[in-house]
Amino acid sequence: MSFRARLLLAVAALLCLGALVLPLWEVRLGAPQYPEGLGLRIYAHTVTGIKEHDLDNINGLNHYIGMQAITPEAIPELVYMPWIIGALVLAGLGIAARGSRRGVLAWLAVVALLGVVGLWDFWRWEYDYGHNLDMDNAIIIVPGMTYQPPLIGTKQLLNFTATAWPGLGAVALGLSFLLTAGVWFVTRPRPEVA
Amino acid sequence: MIQRSILQVTLLSCAVLAAAGCGKPAPKSLVTGDAAQRVYVAPGEHDEFYSFLSGGFSGNMTVYGLPSGRLLKTIPVFSQFPENGYGYTEETKAMLETSYGFLPWDDTHHPQLSKTNGMPDGRWLFVNGNNTPRIARIDLTTFETDEILEIPNAAGGHASPFVTANSEYVVSAIRFSVPVPNTDVPIEEYKAHFKGSLSFVTANQPGKMDIAFQILMPGYNYDLGRAGKAASEGWFFFTTYNSEQAYTKLELNASKNDKDYIAAVNWKAAEACVAAGKAKVMPADYRHNHVIAATRTAVSERKTSVKVLEPTACPGAVYFLPTPKSPHGVDIDPTGEYIVGGGKLASVIPVHSFTKMIAAIKAKAFDGELDGIPVIKYDAVIAGEVQKPGLGPLHTEFDAKGNAYTSMFISSEIVKWKLGTWEVLDRMPVYYSIGHLMIPGGDGTAPYGKYVMALNKITKDRYLPTGGELTQSAQLIDISGDKMQMLLDFPTQGEPHYAQALPASLIKDKQVKFFSLKDNAHPYVARSEQDAGVTRQGKQVHVRMIAIRSHFAPDVIQGVEVGDTVYWHVTNVEQDWDILHGFAVLGMRTAELIMQPGETRTITWTPKSPGVYPFYCTDFCSALHQEMQGYVRVSAPGSGVQLTAGLSERSATQQARAAKLPKPVGGHDHAAVSTGVK
Repeated sequence: MSFRARLLLAVAALLCLGALVLPLWEVRLGAPQYPEGLGLRIYAHTVTGIKEHDLDNINGLNHYIGMQAITPEAIPELVYMPWIIGALVLAGLGIAARGSRRGVLAWLAVVALLGVVGLWDFWRWEYDYGHNLDMDNAIIIVPGMTYQPPLIGTKQLLNFTATAWPGLGAVALGLSFLLTAGVWFVTRPRPEVA
Repeated sequence: MIQRSILQVTLLSCAVLAAAGCGKPAPKSLVTGDAAQRVYVAPGEHDEFYSFLSGGFSGNMTVYGLPSGRLLKTIPVFSQFPENGYGYTEETKAMLETSYGFLPWDDTHHPQLSKTNGMPDGRWLFVNGNNTPRIARIDLTTFETDEILEIPNAAGGHASPFVTANSEYVVSAIRFSVPVPNTDVPIEEYKAHFKGSLSFVTANQPGKMDIAFQILMPGYNYDLGRAGKAASEGWFFFTTYNSEQAYTKLELNASKNDKDYIAAVNWKAAEACVAAGKAKVMPADYRHNHVIAATRTAVSERKTSVKVLEPTACPGAVYFLPTPKSPHGVDIDPTGEYIVGGGKLASVIPVHSFTKMIAAIKAKAFDGELDGIPVIKYDAVIAGEVQKPGLGPLHTEFDAKGNAYTSMFISSEIVKWKLGTWEVLDRMPVYYSIGHLMIPGGDGTAPYGKYVMALNKITKDRYLPTGGELTQSAQLIDISGDKMQMLLDFPTQGEPHYAQALPASLIKDKQVKFFSLKDNAHPYVARSEQDAGVTRQGKQVHVRMIAIRSHFAPDVIQGVEVGDTVYWHVTNVEQDWDILHGFAVLGMRTAELIMQPGETRTITWTPKSPGVYPFYCTDFCSALHQEMQGYVRVSAPGSGVQLTAGLSERSATQQARAAKLPKPVGGHDHAAVSTGVK
């Protein structure tokens, strides 16, 4: 594998660092009385509000429907996700150093798998928040209504329009994956031209 | 059929009357076709200017958007305001302390925006209390009064609080001369004992307003003032009337002299004299009240001395410019060169020249002295007179094109005239009896222009009648063209004497949306349900309470006894914009509380008889606002009911936030004393 290909692999691996510092996902909430909007940013290591108090304010509103509090401390994924991403970066750098196409393929497979598992896990959390309601303490009860936010796209939840979209961290992961896949494709063995 | 005939008859008589020229001239003719469009601000859109109108005898300030004329806010300043508890709460009561005791009212006259380089900078708004001379500072990030300084040796603080070009000083000159110090003397000995005072108040540091010095003047009435700017920066000009020194029947006796004076004060020279020790320190008694930001609680401090400068101790600091006749307003054009007198009984508008004044001082072109103050010869200082301007000229503001606009109280009009040529260019009738007028930035070095606002004293038939006490009014007139155009007419609150306006863009993005709960250092703050509780200290019961959508905690309180004073310390623990809560208890004899997000407010309550008293949130906060209530049980003295606070468990969502917030000092003690009622 050429030096240039290995350099590109290293760049791709380092791109994953973006997923450590940039939000992986964003959920924005708008309602008639919230023209300025409320929103959450999901990072590898935490969940924060888009504005300083958004998380508390969303939790405050959610108490009306009996939703659990969103507390980053209670989400174990936020503890080990940074380590997984760190491992991906190191593995990617190692593969770039060795220039192994089999290694590249394995790395791609792992990233793809983690991506699918991650999205499923995220959906699972959203399902839990949206369905596992404390009906004894819920104040607003709409029969049959659940409050699972969308994984991607827009959904109406009572007076709130919730919109979820990948954040720049997820974009960095995606670019890293595409770049690595590109290197894998371009460096495929070609039949010698006589 | 009959109805139709009546209609026809009515229409016919109207036509006859109109043809005969009967009835008053229709003011509608002043309004041109697109006036409505030019003042229409569509739903959801913002006005271009904030305007600040004093409330006169309401003691408040009002804020209107321009050009729409929509009322945005009432800001309590010198008057108690039960609407939000200002002047009633433990945190705000100190703002209304004076050397005369607690005063629940005053008369606001002249708003003044703080200035940098002669133009509004959007930091603060100052306004005077006329009755008991005081100057207040309003913070333009909170729209709250956060400082009030009382002026000693003063009565009728009318020429106030006009501000220097870089807000070094705001002033207070007094309309009623009084004995200085104020002692029991026969009023007939007016000339011997009565003095006027011109106070220069340092204004540039919030929380530190102070009287730098007072100049003791002859016992005239000091009516209005304006700081010099640009060419005349460093000077201050005050009108005086009653140079006759009458103490009775002033409407006659103070109107005898053909000319009174504009006092020209070289404040930089006065400042230097004070620095050189030429002022004497006089015992005095006055209050300085200001809000401590961390607790949002006002404190009142007593001041016991003031520096007083006699003009004779500082030659070159004060001159008199003779000005016809009983001048009211004095206004300085944007270049600082022209000093326009509003001789309310004069048949002309006299305009003095700053350049000529300096030359006359140099040449000693004086007409004698009054109490050691040189009087400059009229001809040596006058630049021109606007002839036949109308009747009762009062105040003048300026556009950026070299034009002046003077309000005419008696002939009820605004007269536009040209600086330098003194020719009258245009007239606009106003309804009725205009006092001040205001052009956005029109008292500054680079007026924004665009509009002039007429502040009218009398409205009579202008609106639907409302009994005998009618509103006053503001009228908005377009001045962008050669001819003034009437645009809008709207009722106002109290009696707006003067107004100021600035472009909304200067301040609208600096608004404080809520106060940080984390930084709330109020001694009785409760940042979450866990901090709430009740404690007894002798006959005082302190309730630490939180308010959040949609409950109070505690919401059941027992063990209060008749004879107790209950201190309700209510913290709004929301951290979101425009989520306010209110608080009131059955039979409360003070006022309600309004708590902004993150803020703690305290009101006292002394129940007179045993019973159960509900309390509730008075500011519609949420879908469950009607459920935001509680009960306090009051027992007979010595009944032995244990003091308890109902702090039932709240949902986990609402508890999540608490963990991140600091515990209040002493908070655990309160929690230990209170008993949970589940």
